[in-house]
Amino acid sequence: MPHPQEKRILFGWRDIKDIGSLKVYREKGGYDAWLKLLKEKQPAEVIELTKASGLRGRGGAGFPTGMKWSFVPNNLGKPKYLCVNCDESEPGTCKDREIVEHIPHQLLEGIGIACYAVGIQKAFIYIRGEMYEGYLSLKKAIEEAYAAGLFGKKIGGSDFECDIVLHRGAGAYICGEESALLSSLEGERGFPRLKPPFPAVSGLYACPTVINNVETLATLPPIFRMGVEEYAKLGTDKSKGTRMVSLSGHVNNPSNFEIELGKVNFKQLIEDFGGGMRHGKKCKAIIPGGASAPWLTMEQHGEVTLDFEAIAAARSMAGSGAIVVMDEDTCAVGAALNLVEFFHEESCGKCSPCREGTQWLTQILHRIEHGQGKMEDLKLLDEICESMLGKTFCPLGDSATVPVSSSMRYFRDEYEHHIKEKCCKVGPGAKKTAGV
Amino acid sequence: MPTQELLSPKLQERIKELMASYPKPQSAILMALHLIQEELGWVPEPAQAQVAELFGMPPQDVTTLVSFYYMYHRKPVGRYVLKVCKSISCYLCGSQNVIDHLEKKLDIKMGETTADGQFSLVGSECLAACTGAPCLQVNDRFYENCSQERLDELLSRLRGGDSHFPPANVSWQPPKES
Repeated sequence: MPHPQEKRILFGWRDIKDIGSLKVYREKGGYDAWLKLLKEKQPAEVIELTKASGLRGRGGAGFPTGMKWSFVPNNLGKPKYLCVNCDESEPGTCKDREIVEHIPHQLLEGIGIACYAVGIQKAFIYIRGEMYEGYLSLKKAIEEAYAAGLFGKKIGGSDFECDIVLHRGAGAYICGEESALLSSLEGERGFPRLKPPFPAVSGLYACPTVINNVETLATLPPIFRMGVEEYAKLGTDKSKGTRMVSLSGHVNNPSNFEIELGKVNFKQLIEDFGGGMRHGKKCKAIIPGGASAPWLTMEQHGEVTLDFEAIAAARSMAGSGAIVVMDEDTCAVGAALNLVEFFHEESCGKCSPCREGTQWLTQILHRIEHGQGKMEDLKLLDEICESMLGKTFCPLGDSATVPVSSSMRYFRDEYEHHIKEKCCKVGPGAKKTAGV
Repeated sequence: MPTQELLSPKLQERIKELMASYPKPQSAILMALHLIQEELGWVPEPAQAQVAELFGMPPQDVTTLVSFYYMYHRKPVGRYVLKVCKSISCYLCGSQNVIDHLEKKLDIKMGETTADGQFSLVGSECLAACTGAPCLQVNDRFYENCSQERLDELLSRLRGGDSHFPPANVSWQPPKES
């Protein structure tokens, strides 16, 4: 059941029984929006309409979708491709998984709209290897859609043709980074590529390529169903519409929620949607956009609204929409260590600042956490973060510094306590001596 | 040196079909390795060499993929691989308790397989089930909200055979009696 305060556009049909089947999706009017565009609009008009809807990428960067499409050149004489980024692996994020498992046809319809707008005849869905259940659900949906003539040649009686290839990854966070995704899809290690050239000009197989996130594409059909003007009325001036947030951590009711951008603040999200904090504890910190987003605190940022601009103004980012909540008993050093270990584990190893930097950050945090840190370590952490930021091939290196710098910004006293007292300042680790 | 034919003719056919679905055949290599693992339970070196031949790639280029992408097992694993998420949401909700409990109940450490070949226990980064933390996967199927009671229930369900969690093709062999 949807939460009463949700604004369901993308998830409007989420709870309809068997909506994952083509039969029910078609009965509800699914695919009609796309087929209508094929008949009535030119591709360039679809791009303009998408721009007018204000839709921005839901994968993390928040780039305007229609604008991204318009960067693809038409005159290179090469095939164009769409890569659907379903490599959802940003810690805290689990919205794309719910989309592919429950409303796969809505994603396929969105893919159809994007392909028509950009003039693409081949789309690849890069799904995380671990999402086997989502893979099966998409596989079935694609088979059904082909059998009904919705993909392949002469779609809906038009001259438009489009094919979909479903492709499984095999376990590597880095493949969610768009250029690494392309390397992986070409059958290589998932190493990121230097930009420029940007994928819009030279992407998959060195051809013009659009890479869109699952949620972005799955939002298109309901946008065209309701009309772009109506959609653009939702949200704020710059962050239009709705988006999914994955609320997890120390709340009573962790779940995916669809919210209107800019209309809900963190306090409301946790209290009204999340059912408050577990065990009546206080909220200490919030990670507002996946592991790569700088931490915020409830004390200072409880009133910050969930939209791209407000979160950026608070020196963080809306990112993937994953909101991870920590209670007052969470040791900031321990949580930062967990995040840094993640980035260390997932660093692809291609460039030294990230490969070495994530290793050093992990080692130093580990020794602080285990009561063997020195005061000089805090300066060293700052210096390592400084020497990684902006110096790596892809954003993973930058992201790895984020948990360290942002947790030190708000909870430096806990780091100092760990070093001086050799134990956590808060929570169960405060009573015992660590590292012994 | 003749390598033993590990990939059945049917599997080879399926791989060739996959290769034809991409503009460049090498794109199909990850999917091909998934199929091999489904059939054999893991991806042994001779299978890597054989699939390399199918793709016209040097065998080391396949090995480098098998080591880069962690889902491919480079050694035999048990009938049920329990993959425990350790990332932030699960960490906050007690993933360490899940690991401790499973290690105790199965009497193995992370990375090991039980002596009867039933269970392998491995750690994982975020599995995208954060709202059901702490979570794990059983052969790529999700199992969420892993309290001790639910873990015990899972183990007994798996021991009795459970259609929701299809067992993997067993690649693990019990050690020979000396």
